[in-house]
Amino acid sequence: MGISTSLVYLIGLPLAGAVILLLGGRRTDKWGHLLATALSGSSFAVGVYHLIEMVNRPAEMRPTSQKLFEWISVGSFNVDAGLLLDQLSICFVLLITGVGTLIHIYSIAYMSEDRDRRRFFAYLNLFIAAMLLLVLGDSYLSLYVGWEGVGLASYLLIGFWNQKPAYATASKKAFVMNRVGDMGLSLAIMIAFATMGTVSFSGVAEQAHHTSEAALTAMGVMLLVAAAGKSAQFPLQAWLGDAMAGPTPVSALIHAATMVTAGVYLITRSNFVFDAAPIAQLLVVIVGAITLIFGALIGTAKDDIKKALAASTMSQIGYMILATGLGPIGYAFAIMHLITHGFFKAGMFLGAGSVMHGMNDEVNMRKYGALRHFMPITFITFGIGYLAILGVPPFAGFYSKDMIIESAFNSGGTQAIILGCLTLIGAAITAFYMTRVMILTFAGTKRWDEGVEPHESPWLMWLPMAVLAVGSVTSGYLLYHDKALYKWLSPLFEDHGEHEELLKPIVVSALALTMVAIGVSIAVYKYMRENVESIAPTDVSLITKFVRKDLMQDQFNEKFFMRPGQLLTKGLVKTEDVVVDGSVRAVARMAIGSGSGLRGLQNGFVRSYAALILIGALSLIAAIWVVVS
Amino acid sequence: MDASNYLYISALLFTIGAVGVVVRRNAIVVFMCIELMLNAANLSFVTFSRINGNLDGQVMAFFTMVVAACEVVVGLAIIVAIYRSRRSASVDDASLLKR
Repeated sequence: MGISTSLVYLIGLPLAGAVILLLGGRRTDKWGHLLATALSGSSFAVGVYHLIEMVNRPAEMRPTSQKLFEWISVGSFNVDAGLLLDQLSICFVLLITGVGTLIHIYSIAYMSEDRDRRRFFAYLNLFIAAMLLLVLGDSYLSLYVGWEGVGLASYLLIGFWNQKPAYATASKKAFVMNRVGDMGLSLAIMIAFATMGTVSFSGVAEQAHHTSEAALTAMGVMLLVAAAGKSAQFPLQAWLGDAMAGPTPVSALIHAATMVTAGVYLITRSNFVFDAAPIAQLLVVIVGAITLIFGALIGTAKDDIKKALAASTMSQIGYMILATGLGPIGYAFAIMHLITHGFFKAGMFLGAGSVMHGMNDEVNMRKYGALRHFMPITFITFGIGYLAILGVPPFAGFYSKDMIIESAFNSGGTQAIILGCLTLIGAAITAFYMTRVMILTFAGTKRWDEGVEPHESPWLMWLPMAVLAVGSVTSGYLLYHDKALYKWLSPLFEDHGEHEELLKPIVVSALALTMVAIGVSIAVYKYMRENVESIAPTDVSLITKFVRKDLMQDQFNEKFFMRPGQLLTKGLVKTEDVVVDGSVRAVARMAIGSGSGLRGLQNGFVRSYAALILIGALSLIAAIWVVVS
Repeated sequence: MDASNYLYISALLFTIGAVGVVVRRNAIVVFMCIELMLNAANLSFVTFSRINGNLDGQVMAFFTMVVAACEVVVGLAIIVAIYRSRRSASVDDASLLKR
């Protein structure tokens, strides 16, 4: 493993930007956004430099590390704050800084009217720094710092317009639900420390062979909880839809391309734990499978364009989590889908932002329609993203999603068939709701509100969309060609030989494309045939109502967690009030009562005091008299 | 003469003093009653000294006199100060330190 001294710049540059913009205050208003963009871009440049260096080294020499400082040193327990750049983290570094920089550029125009644009860019830089720390940390503890950092940045950015109470609530919801996941991560770290005595990735990887399966399973489950919280996976998925309250570039960067994929990173990074804990691995697969269907179903009923895309993100990350749960056969494909998804989903979110920009911030798709004539560039870039997420060849999603479906079919046993069918059904539903989004937004008749004049966005906005669209077309083939990404990542995973093939790749592709075609045709049949109403119809079937309510996820959480939680806290408050405070108050009342009783003697007349002294002295003498005689 | 007669006088004087302290309002009179009680105590000290045939009680009487002299100085100063500010030497009027 090589030693590098320049890894710290990856994190340091955007962090410096955040510090300067936050501490500089209004003085930096004029050029703050340019500085933030430039620092994010230079971080990307450092990343590219490292990639080139890595490619030129032989595979086993590729990972590099940098020790920053001695962090914790207690007895035999030592944690150094160190950075580790290997084949896996470089993928994330380039995705985070690359897409991040594009979104910085986009935000210059998107947020140009906002009074607090500088603060927005400061938070964006803070997010990039925290996310880079998350993927570059060489131990679970450094990862945890980054993990909390992105949580904070996400909270600040979702609630960026916190003057609206609903948005502030949304950010709080995201934060609280993320805390549940964070608890999982901290428990996983504690388990690692208790059973293996180390928390660094390399240490845990070494110790995993000598550790009991029960401990590894417990750690794996806790890691899964963490991943579910951050990546909006079942059962901690409910925050992602509300997180769309943040400005659209935030949704594109944090809640589509990077932060929500941290769970996938965590599981892939902890492959040594999951490979040795089949039960935890099975749970990962189940969570992924549930979420991919769950998210897709929610997507079918959303009229808010951003929430539809958020549901789609949830579902696509479900695919990735499912792939990581398949073991060594799936890790590389999860990362591949993560990268292609980063391109096309960020592109589509930026497209949605562009549409909102032209439509006076309207998000209801029922009030769009026929926009392809008015926003041609947005239409084309969004369309490319659409084809990519559907998995139409030769767009990026075709390669990455097909590989996941294929791995699901080839994972062996009866679960393979179930998982394969679920991923295929997910693909069909994805095709349905994405086609619905396309038709409602860009096709059909105008259903705009009065006074809306849609227009194409400025070049600062469409340029990043165009770059992401190019990525959505090419990234899939580039990563798939000659198994490029698989070979790149394979030194990190222990792959035990070839897997039996249940279905040939060509059959899987054909099946997937058929399912996509079915989904698209249903959507076209349903939404192209007749005019869409600009107000959502209410006389719909029970199932539609159920799906519109996000499959009752909020109601469920409210009934089973929030209300009992409230009851518990109310009970505890009551107990504290009656028992703890009550006893303290009783002591106080006793002192006050005896005091005010005796206070009557204190009447201010010296003579009565003298009389009391006299009586006291006489009774004392009398008492002595009685005792003596 | 029987020495116990002095003790009776001493008890009588002490009682007069104690009753005076409790029933009189004039601070000067209260003060004189306190002096009376101190001197009653002195008388019994001296008497016991004679009864027991040693000088301990007489020494104690000197101590009491010294303390009484100091007490007179401080006490009279307080009474004069109170009289100056309140134009009254009644102990019942100086009753601000009540509940």
